[in-house]
Parts: sequence; structure tokens; C-alpha cells
Amino acid sequence: MSFFTKTTLTSGLAALMLSTAAFAQDDTIKVGILHSLSGTMAISETTLKDAMLMLVDEQNKKGGINGKMLEAVVVDPASDWPLFAEKARELIEANDVDVVFGCWTSVSRKSVLPVFEELNSILFYPVQYEGEESQRNVFYTGAAPNQQAIPAVDYLMNEEGVERWVLAGTDYVYPRTTNKILEAYLQAKGVAPEDIMINYTPFGHSDWQTIVSDIKTFGSAGKKTAVVSTINGDANVPFYKELGNQGVSAEDIPVVAFSVGEEELAGLDTAPLVGHLAAWNYFMSVDTPENAAFIDTWHEFIGSDARVTNDPMEAHYIGFNMWVKAVEAAGTTDADAVIDALPGIEVPNLTGGTSVMLPNHHITKPVLIGEIQDDGQFDVVWETEELVPGDAWSDFLPESKPLEADWVELDCGNYNTETKTCGGSASN
Amino acid sequence: MTFFRAAFAATILALIQILATAATAQDFAGLVRTLPEGSYSDRAAVVAAIATSGDARAEPVLAALLEGELGVVEATGQVIVQGSPPTDAVTGDEVDAATADAAERIRVNNSLRRDIRAAIGLLTLSSPDPAKRMAAAEAAIRAPDPDQIAALETAIAAEEDGRVRTRLGEARAIAVLASDAGTEARIAAIDTLARRGDQVAQSAIAPLAGAEDPALAEAATRALAAIEQSRMLWGYAQNIWYGLSLGSVLLLAAIGLAITFGVMGVINMAHGELVMLGAYTTFVVQDAIRSHAPGLFDWSLLIAAPLAFLVAGGIGVAIERGIVRHLYGRALETLLATWGVSLILQQAVRSIFGPNNREVGNPSWMSGSFDVGQMTVTWNRLWILLFALAVFAVLLAVMKRTPAGLQMRAVTQNRPMAANMGIRTAWVDAMTFGLGAGIAGLAGVALSQIDNVSPNLGQGYIVDSFMVVVFGGAGNIWGTLAGAFSLGIVNKFLEPYAGAVLGKILVLVAIILFIQKRPRGLFAVKGRAVEG
Repeated sequence: MSFFTKTTLTSGLAALMLSTAAFAQDDTIKVGILHSLSGTMAISETTLKDAMLMLVDEQNKKGGINGKMLEAVVVDPASDWPLFAEKARELIEANDVDVVFGCWTSVSRKSVLPVFEELNSILFYPVQYEGEESQRNVFYTGAAPNQQAIPAVDYLMNEEGVERWVLAGTDYVYPRTTNKILEAYLQAKGVAPEDIMINYTPFGHSDWQTIVSDIKTFGSAGKKTAVVSTINGDANVPFYKELGNQGVSAEDIPVVAFSVGEEELAGLDTAPLVGHLAAWNYFMSVDTPENAAFIDTWHEFIGSDARVTNDPMEAHYIGFNMWVKAVEAAGTTDADAVIDALPGIEVPNLTGGTSVMLPNHHITKPVLIGEIQDDGQFDVVWETEELVPGDAWSDFLPESKPLEADWVELDCGNYNTETKTCGGSASN
Repeated sequence: MTFFRAAFAATILALIQILATAATAQDFAGLVRTLPEGSYSDRAAVVAAIATSGDARAEPVLAALLEGELGVVEATGQVIVQGSPPTDAVTGDEVDAATADAAERIRVNNSLRRDIRAAIGLLTLSSPDPAKRMAAAEAAIRAPDPDQIAALETAIAAEEDGRVRTRLGEARAIAVLASDAGTEARIAAIDTLARRGDQVAQSAIAPLAGAEDPALAEAATRALAAIEQSRMLWGYAQNIWYGLSLGSVLLLAAIGLAITFGVMGVINMAHGELVMLGAYTTFVVQDAIRSHAPGLFDWSLLIAAPLAFLVAGGIGVAIERGIVRHLYGRALETLLATWGVSLILQQAVRSIFGPNNREVGNPSWMSGSFDVGQMTVTWNRLWILLFALAVFAVLLAVMKRTPAGLQMRAVTQNRPMAANMGIRTAWVDAMTFGLGAGIAGLAGVALSQIDNVSPNLGQGYIVDSFMVVVFGGAGNIWGTLAGAFSLGIVNKFLEPYAGAVLGKILVLVAIILFIQKRPRGLFAVKGRAVEG
């Protein structure tokens, strides 16, 4: 336990020292890592920082890129959204990094967008998010709603015969937008408005008694009911505990979650959760040679066989490899050249397919539905036959239906196909 | 899914017929060996075949599959029940541990679990054990299947236990409602279920309210209205219970603060972190018990409680001696200094235990729930309510009935006079602060059962705690009790209408208005002490 912490600390320190030592030599390529190492989001983001250090380390073992070695520059934005913008500026201006991998919450991404646009640098964003955005300097390697939420709802509708829906989420931008899209999608599929219940709770909500009892009541109308949960990380534990305590099992009312992965399950007693579902683009339990190799490397790097891998880590793996290929192809780390080189780049993902960077700066990914097992892993019960291309602007919201993002042909992140105009280069 | 269940029922029927005519039991061993193969739906068909094989080994094998205790050795295809000791599923012979360890678990998913439960239900309807027959009836209620009506009727006729017979009757009624039986039979079934009058009955009857047959629709509507009425009354009772439960959590979080802030007047922003330290103490105790004495796990909370009190209390005394005592009378500096302490404690815990949540298990006596009428009472909430009241009672006794409590009250009410009487005021300050901190540690033990044990645990409670103490009236411990429970109940009555987010905001606004009207809170301390 304290051993991990030490390893994490030492590796972090080592990276920091490397970064200071490297000011002298100019022939390295600098990779910025912008993940919170303290504060609320440290729980999720610390692992991603370690995963990035590992990827940089592995690339250096292969001899770097174009003969230049890589070095990681780690900063700690401390789960403080405005601090993300400051630290991004520090990375780009003071440390002179060539690319940044980072952010977790949507609000932190929104906070750094203007910085990346102004200083013309590159950000790889590894987390599933609400979509409705495409920015020239940002590459979205996590899932857009059509790569996670929509297929999960399809699975429940077709395989489990669900007719009544509870959309439960934490009260912030990702759940609100996702639920807006899902509500429009469900109604388009013929679900009556009274068969949809939407519920929001504050961050870190811990008293779920009333809500679970409401869900039970809602589920007793004689139609198969399911919960689509965009409840954020931490609050999930008491939520599932309350479900288990009140005797709601996955057989009665299954919960499909978009924010519960292996890392989140590592900190809790999984017994009451068995059978509940999660939708991701990667699970640690996926049986492919690439994944086995990735897990081995991770265990060796972190110094413990007990550590898990998760979806955002795979997103960084794909994003990092795409960036490496693009730099190799462009022959330079110059932001404009790399941004132009990235669309069309193909790299293998960890689930046995090949992900492509699309002109809208999103990637193609498979969608997997997993059932939680008592060992904290997921058993894949369903997956899409082909990789799904990420859609920046949802087709199910009237205001974003006509919009299209294409940075290759149109050089625009929000091109309106009806008025034939570009709404500007900003995010939305 | 519906199609799937129909297919499943059809498989059972087909197999029953095969059995009846050929009168040769399906090869049980062969069926068990095919279990690991194929998809989940293939597995469901095999489960159905095993259930109808008439073999006495069928039930334990299916039960093991349901519990995830059935494994297969890939090389030999041998199927193993992972009990103690592990046995071969077919022969029942004991298997050596090495083979058992190599076996890979046969997986089940949600719909398969439902089908296994229904299959086991059919097998155990005539079990000699009433508890098993009860479970079989429950399983039939969960997965109603018109094909089971005959089997249920036979079981009802043979049943001697009154409670099991009622439950079987309800199971039959639900199955009848799901079938295409005649109007009269279905109205009788509706009446049976209306007597049950809970959510299950409601969900079984609800679809019939729109039935084409007017008599049937009317009976269903009437039954639904009656159920709705009784459920509404139970709903109020449930809300009051939830309110008491939330109130007990607030009380636990705030009661330590009622001492440090209410009695001593120290604004201790690190109070939440002392709660967190209590929770982490529970984690460390459970960790030690898991690795050294697993048998003591059910006692872990009782062992953790005094330790958490000492850890948090000790740190509280250190904070008082090191920082707070230099700042008495300077509220703003105290606030800033203790806030700094809270950040230090958080990051210290993060460095030692890592940023991730730590798993604190529920002892068996704190898991699950029981029903009071139509109300579900979870054990962990009930114990926390009792624990909160017990802590409150002990604290009250200490403050009012012991010499130490007398000294604490004397020092906070009139420091120079208390000093003149020979009380070591500095020592009493440290002990009072330590007592408040120690109680925060106790709260942490309880909160570890319902919330995440993470370095941020305390932040979620600090605002609520101050709210309760200020609302209840600083300096009055009874005020804290009344404040906690009234806030809890108001919150829970607002939540279903306003939602959790808006509910909290409304409560906060109401408190602000209330404080404008009564600045000293619900139970204001009166007399000269207030001005001093």
C-alpha cells in the first residue's frame, strides 16, 4: 500500500527532476501531463499520470521519436478548474512542451480550451464526455455519447427488454447533456415521456435512501425498468450499497453506469454490485494479446500486480501512439504540422481493432457492455460488431443536428450544413 | 428477453414431455459437462434441462452455479463445486485443492440468474424445509410463469405452513395474471394480490387496468386505488424514517462540533478531517483483522470505535495545544489556522493511504434490510441511528453528571472564576477539545459504513455540521439533537418533490431566514454566559 504511494511519489519526483535537468539540453521532445494529483479528482487522475509516464518510458526504450528522446513534464492542477488553465499555460510557455495529455472533468477541459487555442498547442483528452464540441487543438480519445450512452441504451432495450427508464446523474454538464441526448433518443424510439424519470444529485451525494426508494416505486409499474447512471465516481459507492441494502438486485432493476470502471470498483465491496452493467470502450478483462502485453507492462512499471487498468488509460495509449505516429510522419513536433498529420492516423487499440483519428478529431472505438463480477472485473456480455466513429455533434438534439466538425476539408469545428457557414473556430 | 423466457418455458415443457414419455432421466453427467460451453442462452437451455432431469443432484449444482461456485477444469472438462471441501459436481467425490484452484468459474449473467432461480424454485417447491419452500415461492413471484400454475396449485394443496401457503397463493395469483385465464379467475387473483398490497402486487396488477374486459379493468383499477392509498400512508412513514436516519448522520457529524464550537466557541474547520481520521482508523482495524484474525470481522467496528476516539481525540488535543490555544479570542485566525490543518491532514492521509477510496466492509449484522409493513428499514441505518443516540446520551451524561463535565462547563462559562476555584483551565480546554475531536472520530466509524472512505470524506460534512449546530443553537447540546433531526426530516420530505439538489438549497435558504429571525438558533442559551 504505502509502497505504491512511494513508487508513485518517486516516479513523480523522478519525472519532475528529469524535467528540470532537461532544461539544459534542447534535443528532447517534451510531453506535458496535466492531471490532478491532489484534491477530489486525484482518485481518478493520478493513475492516468502514471500511465502516461509509462508510455513515455516505453517509447524511450524504443529509441524515442525521430532520434529524439521524450521527456515527461508533470504538473499538478489540484482539481482546481481555473488552475488547469494556469498550469496549461505554464506547460506550454514556461516548459515549452510539444503536446499535452490531460484533463478529466469537462469543466477542466473547457477551462484550458482558450489557452490551447491562443498558444496553438495540442491537447489529448482521454475521458468519455458529453460531446457537442470540436476544437482544432484538441483530440478527443474518449467516447462521445454515440460511442457509449446510445449503444448501452440499445443493449438494454433489445437484450433486456427494458421499457421504463431512470436517468440518474450528478448535477453538472456531462450528465445533463448526456441525459438530454438520451431523452431525445428514447422519445424518438417511442418511449412515452411518463416512462422516463430524470434525477440529479449533488457531487458526493451520500444519502440515497429516498432516490433508491423512488426508483423502486418507479420500477413497479409492471414494465421492465433500468437505471442509466451518469453518477460521477465517488457517489456511486453509497448508491450501489443502498440498492443492495434495499434489496434491488441487478435481476430486478439493472443499472448501467458510464463512470464506473475497474479503478472505481477497486475501492469497494463488489458483492452488492454483481450483475450491474457498465458501458465502456475497453475492459481490463478483454482477452487480446495487445491487452495482455499492456497489462504486463503496467504491472511492471507500477510495481504491483494488484493495480487495474481502465478505459481512460486505453484512451491515452491510443492517443499517445497516434501522436507518435503523427510526429514521425510530419518529421517535426510543430503543432500545425502534427495537427494536420493526425487525421487518418491508424493505431491498434487494446481490444483487437484498429482505431482511426477522424477529421472531427474524435476516434473510432468499439462499444462494450460488461457485467460487474465479484472480483471487481467486468464480464463482456455484448459488443458492437464494428468500431463506432465518434460523433462530435449529436444527431438527436435539434440544435446540434445540422452541425458537423471537419478539420480536414472544411477546417471548421461546427459547420452548419443547413446555412453552409462555419460558426467560428471556437468550441461551441 | 420475453421471447427468451418463452423459449425457456417451452424448453421446460418439451423436456417434461420427453421425460414423461421416455421415462429415462436425461443424462445428468452429460448435461453438467455441457454447462460451460456456448453462450448464455445455450447455458439457460442446459439449466432448464438439468432442472427437469429429476436428478437429486440438480438443485445443489444449480445453486452452486447461481452463487458462482461452479468451476470447470479446462483440460479435463471436469465440473467442480467450489465448496469446502471442493467436490466433483457429477460424482460428489472430493477434489484436491490444486485441481480446484485451476478450475475456471462458469459465468452467469442477469437473465440467466433469474432463470436459475426460477428453476431452483420449481425443484424446491416440495422441499421439507419451509424456508426453502418460502424461497421457492419468492422466486416464482419474481419470475411469474403461467406454466407453473399447476405445480403451484399442487404445492398449495400440500402446504401446511400458513405463511408459506399465503406466499404460494400470491405466486399463483401473479402467474394467473400473466396467463390468459378467464375474467373470473383473474379477478380472484387481483383480490389475492390486493391483500398483499405492496409494490410487487401493484406492478402485477397495473397492466390490467387497461384491459379490454370492463369488469377486469374495473377490478384492477379499484385494487390499484386501494394499494395506492395504503402505499401513500406508508410513504409518509418511510419519509419520516429516512429523515430520522439522515438526522442521525447529521447528529453524529455535528455533535463533536457542538462541543468545540458550541461550548468552547472555537471555529474548527478541521472537524471534518477528524471524522475522516475515524473512518481511516476503521479501515486500518479491518485491514489488520482481515490479515490476522478474520473471525473477528463482525467485531471490527466495536474494536475500531475506541481506537478512533483515541486517534481523533489525540490529534484534537495536539491541535489545541499546538495551535488553537495561541489563538483564543481571535476567531478569524482560528478559522484560517484550522482550515490549514484540515488541508494538511487531508494531504497526509492521501500520501499515506493513496488518493483512492479504501474499502471498509459492512459486518454481517449491518448488511441487508427488513420490512416493517411496506417500509424497508436497512440495518446499517438503524444501527447508526441507535449509535448516534447512544453517543448523544453518553456525552450528555459526561457533561452533566461527571466532575470533568462540570469543570468544562465552569471554564467555558467563567474562566477567571473557574481558575480561582483551582481548576487547571488550560488542561480543561485541551480535554474539552479532545472530547469533541474524539466524538468526531466515533462519527467517522459510523460514516465509514455508509459513505466512501477517501481523503475527501470530511469536506462533505463540515458545512452540514456547522449548519446543524448554528440552527440548533450554539452551546446547547439538546439544540444540536433537535436541529439534526428536524433538518433531516425536512430534507427528506422536500427531496421527493424538489429533488436532492433543490431540496438542499431550499433548506439552506430556510436556515438563513431563520437565523435572521433568531440569531442564536432554535434553543438559545440564555443568561450572562452568552454575553461573556
